[in-house]
Amino acid sequence: MGFAIQHLTELKKKGSATLFPDTIKIMIGVASCGVAAGALPVMAAFRQGATEKGLPVMITKTGCAGMCYQEPLVDITIPDKGRFVYGRITPAAVPAMLAALQNNDIPDGALFRYSRHECLLDGTITHYPVPDKKNSAHTVPLMQTVPFYKGQYRLVLRNCGFIDPENISEYLAQGGYHALATVLNKKTPLQVIRAIEQSRLRGRGGAGFLTGLKWRICYTTDADQKYIVCNADEGDPGAYMDRSILESDPHAVLEGMLVAAYAIGATKGYVYIRDEYPLAIERMGQAIEQARDAQLVGDHILGSSFSCSISIVRGAGAFVCGEETALLKSIEGLCGEPHQRPPYPAVAGLWGKPTVINNVETLATIPVILTKGARWFSTIGTKKSTGTKVFSLVGKINHIGLVEVPLGTPLRDIIYTIGGGAGLDRTCKAVQTGGPSGGCIPEHLFNLPVEYDTLAHAGSIMGSGGMIVMDNTTCMVDVARYFMTFLEHESCGKCTPCRVGVRRMRELLDGMCKGTASEQDLYLLEQIARVVSTASLCGLGRTAPNPVLSGLRYFKDEFILHVRDKKCPAGVCNNLITYGISLSRCTGCGTCIKTCPVKAITGTKKKPHTIDTSRCIKCGACEEVCPVAAIAPC
Amino acid sequence: MSSHQTVTINTNTHSHEPPSLIALLQKIQEVNGYLPQDALKQAAAEHGIPLSKLFAIATFYNAFSLIPQGKHIISICHGTACHVQKSENLNAHLARVLQLAEDEGTSSDLMFTLKKVRCLGCCSMAPVIKIDDTVFGTMTQAKAEKLIRSVEKGMPP
Repeated sequence: MGFAIQHLTELKKKGSATLFPDTIKIMIGVASCGVAAGALPVMAAFRQGATEKGLPVMITKTGCAGMCYQEPLVDITIPDKGRFVYGRITPAAVPAMLAALQNNDIPDGALFRYSRHECLLDGTITHYPVPDKKNSAHTVPLMQTVPFYKGQYRLVLRNCGFIDPENISEYLAQGGYHALATVLNKKTPLQVIRAIEQSRLRGRGGAGFLTGLKWRICYTTDADQKYIVCNADEGDPGAYMDRSILESDPHAVLEGMLVAAYAIGATKGYVYIRDEYPLAIERMGQAIEQARDAQLVGDHILGSSFSCSISIVRGAGAFVCGEETALLKSIEGLCGEPHQRPPYPAVAGLWGKPTVINNVETLATIPVILTKGARWFSTIGTKKSTGTKVFSLVGKINHIGLVEVPLGTPLRDIIYTIGGGAGLDRTCKAVQTGGPSGGCIPEHLFNLPVEYDTLAHAGSIMGSGGMIVMDNTTCMVDVARYFMTFLEHESCGKCTPCRVGVRRMRELLDGMCKGTASEQDLYLLEQIARVVSTASLCGLGRTAPNPVLSGLRYFKDEFILHVRDKKCPAGVCNNLITYGISLSRCTGCGTCIKTCPVKAITGTKKKPHTIDTSRCIKCGACEEVCPVAAIAPC
Repeated sequence: MSSHQTVTINTNTHSHEPPSLIALLQKIQEVNGYLPQDALKQAAAEHGIPLSKLFAIATFYNAFSLIPQGKHIISICHGTACHVQKSENLNAHLARVLQLAEDEGTSSDLMFTLKKVRCLGCCSMAPVIKIDDTVFGTMTQAKAEKLIRSVEKGMPP
């Protein structure tokens, strides 16, 4: 063990040196959304500019800091001046920033600054300088006062947006792999399981099963081979926390897997990652290799008698593979069709051997619990839902991003305080949680604390953590139709209630959106929904009607307007709307005339234009380009 | 003589872990751009697997295609966040631009394949599209059309 530990200590030192260098440090967020927002050209501009100016700076990658609505994010630490974060940086803004740095100045326009960095796992605090009072940067708000971060508790996301995800040294320098080393050195598998049980950690993938109990069942099952599987088949549309964790802090997941493997007695592990996440696959692959080089994965980990190999399995695009029995079939290389439980995978899983399947976020929480203690962890959150949960806050909301809050935080705080509400002159109508298995929670229930049980009671589920905010321009019938279309496509087809029932629901909803349905269809829709939820084989089918049932429960008036009056109040369902131009708003600029693909808009310059509704194909192109928002469906 | 390239996988693994047929198909698709019938037949014969089993897997998973794909793949995200930002209208517009009969398919010159994907996980940038390996966010119909036109002319999007 001695050699390995010494090697880790050296790596850790290296990591500290790059995390807190003596020179100016520029970090650029390059997780997938940062890249989509143009982070790579920004990084190239910094590299090129710094070389041209001969400026001694350190430029590194980092993961996602969560503030997606400000991507690309750039985080600059100036040794004697402080640490500042800048949003929506383009390559064009880079030269001025570098010029300021060269003048020993602080670049203008920071979103917020850090006063300190506290390493969650070892408790060390690094203070950053406060800018001089005479400097305008002195008024830049502190990170802990920014509404987006104020109510957050970043425990799973502890390293995201701070360390370089491609550098194991920086993970080690933040207390990484300490939990694994301690466990291998001082704890029996049963002690580890007891700690996880005491923490009352529940699976973050959606169902909320107690992680400790799952591990114990696998531990007590005798077998010559056991497996640990990380479920990174994040299929819920609108949820991307697992992608972000894998791209920003892959070692946290790996460490969690290794601890789990030790506890249950597994010697092999698989990380099953969605095909749609190439960057997550790449970063996890690098992490496994670096860990192998540091004797953290493979034979005789850290010189102990414990061995465990980990490999990645790339998915092939099937939503149902997020269901654990289907996922195992997919790792075996077959069609991902679920099977009846019991037997549970913890008893008979991969190739019939006992297997624990944990979600990415669950595994990334494990090192925190073991380092900080189960009791400490269980004081966060509520009695029945301990700890924190990461949510992706998306849709019709101002502050789109990845947020982590203690469980039990009211929805209202997440949506309005952290998320900043719907924005413009719109109002939030509902929030959709739990993906296609979840439901829509209406605005009047926003005081609900976010917990596994309260959300289920309200007709939705916690799910993997997607929160899609809907405002008055979102049609609830269309949302239900959307989810049924999704599930019809993703149903594996094995059992009839799901295969046929979901299809029938989709057809009925199609009719409602097209204006061909009757009031009788509403009754039929509800009946089919009840049958599918009772009689389906697996979780996908049993929860499939949730979007329909929650829609009918809270937004029945919208459904009735669709079937009785053939009206879509949100202005979404194409057959039930017509586009019109507001005479008072239209400036007669002609942009819409040029854009319309069917020449349905006419008018003279500087005079309000009109739409010939008989020609209009309702493509919405004019609405998108109108500079004064004069065109809207009605 | 068929034009496809052959792929074999290592079958000599641990006894209770037979090789993954998904991995085999992924390799065939990587090499050929899609799953040619001949390649599937050959792989089935070589590995002693019924062709029907390979076909079942190939049609179960979204990632596989049994027909040739365009030179550039345009994926339109239909995640929930993109849906509420009207990705269906965007999809319909691009299908019009590429003169496709359906909202998915390959253009007649085999230049582009337009396909729906379930969620690219870039919800903060909704609506998003992916052209080959690059994701583009906060799309409008006009912006997306412009990107396609520049790819068509051989310029980076």
